[in-house]
Amino acid sequence: MGFYVAQLLTGLANASSLFLIACGLSIIFGVTRIVNFAHGSFYMVGAYLAYSIVALFPGSILGFWGGVIAAALIVGLLGLIVEMTILRRIYHAPELFQLVATFGVVLIIQDMTQAVWGAEDKLGPRAPGLDSALRIMGEPIPEYDLALILIGPAVLAGIWLVFHRTRWGVLVRAATQDREMVGALGVNQAWLFSAAFVLGAALAGLGGAIQIPREAVSLQMDLSVIGDAFVVVVIGGMGSVSGAFVAAVLISVLNAFAVLVFPQISIVLPFVVMAVVLIVRPYGLFGKEGSGHGAPTEPEQPLRLLSSRATLVLMALVFALAASPVMVSDFASILLVDVMVATLFAVSLHFMMGLGGMVSFGHAAYFGVGAYGAAMAVSYLGLSMIPAMIVGPLAAAAAALFFGWFCVRLSGVYLAMLTLAAAQILWGVTFQSQEFTGGDDGILGIWPASWASSDQAYFYVAFALCIGGIWFLRRVAHSPFGYGLRGIRDSDVRAEAIGMDVKFHQWMGFALAGTMAGVAGVVFVFSKGSVFPDVLGIAQSVDGLIMVLLGGIHALAGPILGAGVFVLIEDWVSRLDYWRFIFGMIILGVVLLAPDGVAGGVDRLLRALGLRREGQA
Amino acid sequence: MNEMRRKILGALAALPMLGMIPGAVQAQEKIVIGEINSYTALPAFTEPYKKGWTLAMEEINAAGGVNGAMLEIISRDDTGDPATAIRIAEEMVSRDEAVMLFGGFLSNIGLALADFAKQKEVFFLASEPLSDALVWSKGNRYTYRLRPSTHMQAAMLAEQAAKLDKKRWATVAPNYAYGKDAVAAFKSELNRLQPDVEWVSEQWPPLFKIDAGSTVRAIESAKPDAIYNVTFGGDLAKFVREGSLRFLFEDRIVASLLSGEPEYLDPLGAEAPEGWIVTGYPSMDIDTPEHEAFGKAYMDRWGEAPKTGSIVGYNSVLSIKAALEKAGSTDTEALLAAMEGLEVPSSPTGPFFYRAADHQSTMGAYVGTTALVDGKPKMVDWFYADGANYLPSEEDAAKMRPAE
Repeated sequence: MGFYVAQLLTGLANASSLFLIACGLSIIFGVTRIVNFAHGSFYMVGAYLAYSIVALFPGSILGFWGGVIAAALIVGLLGLIVEMTILRRIYHAPELFQLVATFGVVLIIQDMTQAVWGAEDKLGPRAPGLDSALRIMGEPIPEYDLALILIGPAVLAGIWLVFHRTRWGVLVRAATQDREMVGALGVNQAWLFSAAFVLGAALAGLGGAIQIPREAVSLQMDLSVIGDAFVVVVIGGMGSVSGAFVAAVLISVLNAFAVLVFPQISIVLPFVVMAVVLIVRPYGLFGKEGSGHGAPTEPEQPLRLLSSRATLVLMALVFALAASPVMVSDFASILLVDVMVATLFAVSLHFMMGLGGMVSFGHAAYFGVGAYGAAMAVSYLGLSMIPAMIVGPLAAAAAALFFGWFCVRLSGVYLAMLTLAAAQILWGVTFQSQEFTGGDDGILGIWPASWASSDQAYFYVAFALCIGGIWFLRRVAHSPFGYGLRGIRDSDVRAEAIGMDVKFHQWMGFALAGTMAGVAGVVFVFSKGSVFPDVLGIAQSVDGLIMVLLGGIHALAGPILGAGVFVLIEDWVSRLDYWRFIFGMIILGVVLLAPDGVAGGVDRLLRALGLRREGQA
Repeated sequence: MNEMRRKILGALAALPMLGMIPGAVQAQEKIVIGEINSYTALPAFTEPYKKGWTLAMEEINAAGGVNGAMLEIISRDDTGDPATAIRIAEEMVSRDEAVMLFGGFLSNIGLALADFAKQKEVFFLASEPLSDALVWSKGNRYTYRLRPSTHMQAAMLAEQAAKLDKKRWATVAPNYAYGKDAVAAFKSELNRLQPDVEWVSEQWPPLFKIDAGSTVRAIESAKPDAIYNVTFGGDLAKFVREGSLRFLFEDRIVASLLSGEPEYLDPLGAEAPEGWIVTGYPSMDIDTPEHEAFGKAYMDRWGEAPKTGSIVGYNSVLSIKAALEKAGSTDTEALLAAMEGLEVPSSPTGPFFYRAADHQSTMGAYVGTTALVDGKPKMVDWFYADGANYLPSEEDAAKMRPAE
């Protein structure tokens, strides 16, 4: 009995720290609709600051808690700077575009933290007065865990009071439900957004600061919590702080007991829970319908076919690309293969996000399944390159059909998070089944057939598949099926009223996007010779997302520009010291100069220079 | 859509210029070597490593280089991604004309680069990756490895553990290939040395996401006599904290892999556990003349004591120098021939050689116990365990490798 109580208390202590991280994220999303990737960075900076401040007052109880609160306040200030200098300028950009800016902030903060505090992990002091364990029913329980179990609900109560008993809180809740109406009633939205963002950032800082007696402060903290924080927010229902609390308790307590029975489960448990919750309750436990969407944006311009002149230019460029291996060095051909793979991946993601209106945070799943499908066809079935290249996309199609069936029943951020759950579950299974997929040692020796093994020959294989895939998706975008998808995106009710099977249409769109991502994965695996679970991971999905958003979600050329710019800049910039800082700055620069993405920016530039007339696509 | 092609091709046109920068000054004959590691993903381990190989390169060049040519090491960050590592390797081989590659810390990147080396027929010296697969089940003709492997270090610990004659053992290891290999190797070695051993609990927390409280409780509930730990970095700090708070380590022996390495031990500060049996590197306490000279040079150059990464980086370049001198050329086949049984007669950790049968070096590690000296964690009662004593015989090792 005592043992289970101890395990429960451990779970509850973890729940409190998880809640502290997640509640700020929920508030920020609820009010500003920003999917804030930098939340983990705020958490990390809070921990580092607390580490440094607390060290000034060794052994002092006041010094410790004062230091924790000071760290939270400084992170709040950092949040204010980020909000006022960057995010405030891009609230009117297309949905989710702000995510790109926060991604830039993540990169910048990573390098700045390393520059200030160094690479080595820091172990902060234990909390004075709470540095030993109590015996409860004969089991030792750390005092600090007990303190955390109280702090979590106390913060929840504080947030509740602010939201229900102050005018500001009432306005924030009103803004969570209807931002336009609050604005129309004369409330200064800019101020409201800043305050919500600062509060959210400060809570993240507090979450980090309060961790220092429990864990070493390290440079991996930011990315290690961000996934779990999103999961908690989504399970609870976007924007619902008490929902986040319930979700944190649910995950942490389940985890505390699950490790006793099946120690390996921790790796995917939060995502499994999220998938189950979302399938049963499409808006999370306490979310409301529509809570997963940003503000309605202006319907975009209908797609136009290229003018004959533009077609000629495009054809010329494709031919130039086709002829490039003759002109450029071997390495440029290799880099171009990477660019083409990234481009097809981004175009396939854009197909479901831009045309289908289905945002995916887990598109790497199908890229990875394609890559693994081909790799396993080679290593288990002994197939040669061409048949393996057919198996890969088929496997991706099967996975996309399976997961898509569940995903298209949701919408907005909930749909995106279910795709992420699918990707994470696939990643976990791949990572874990060492006998079958090689685990994280991956599958090696997947090189092109001998006729295609030279860099030039493989360039043409990649060229045929990637440019062919991009052309095919473009063709589909202009087909009745593509028009149907866009119609559903703009108004699913009207689409349904004119007799379209909305879910089926979306399902097929999802599957097609997944299949083409699988094609990109297949080209990828034969160009690298090996495949590891990373290809299914969050980083790969996020890269695709950044390419699509950075390029401009409203243009068919957007993902192509975004992928090209992203891969080439990263390849160039990673040669430099502090390259993450520079890369982050470049991203912020692009975001601020072109809030409609690179495609939109280029378009405006051409118009400003008089090189392009209205109505030309 | 037309602007995208222009953009891509424009960017490409500029690319060859980037490659020109390091090659612009060509005053003297030089040997270009490519080096790839996870400098942004794991700076705590790769920064000391970079300082180590930089020092060795500077010393060699100051003494006139190798075969009359200066060593030039082109170093790149793989961003922690195997695919990026491959792209960089392609660039180093095809454009920078690197005669060989070395580096790697993460096992998956080590394996990816080894496979690349095999495909493109270029010599790769894996400096830091620990994975046993690298030289055994997935070994290949073009890949050699310097650092004592997971198996070797686990065997060193098992040898000490067997002397304690504890019956009930629990294991805790991060849930990925390294953790699994480390547990499997330790189990098989200890089972061999002490057949009556009982394995009562296995914990597999996710890497860098350990739920330390629950893990400690689960181990405690199995009432082991001794614990074998493979967690490291942030996971280790959490495990140590929760474990000592909850009295897990009282009257229990702990054998802990790599925990004596300064990279892992130093951050624990005054909370470092005492009396754990560890493999590691006692840094400035090593008083052989070779190590004292190295330690002094390192301190003078970088203003800090060397860490495990430093010694691995330094010995990597010493190995490369020895290989180039023995081969007398930079030709891949000549280098591979030189690597077979290559002896590095003098290094800060003592002499070692590269086994021809499985391409593993016999560089060893230090085994000792942890203690706090003046509030600082240290390894005490340590000895140097020569890697050659913890490897299967060359015949047995050769059988583990795929046929070529």
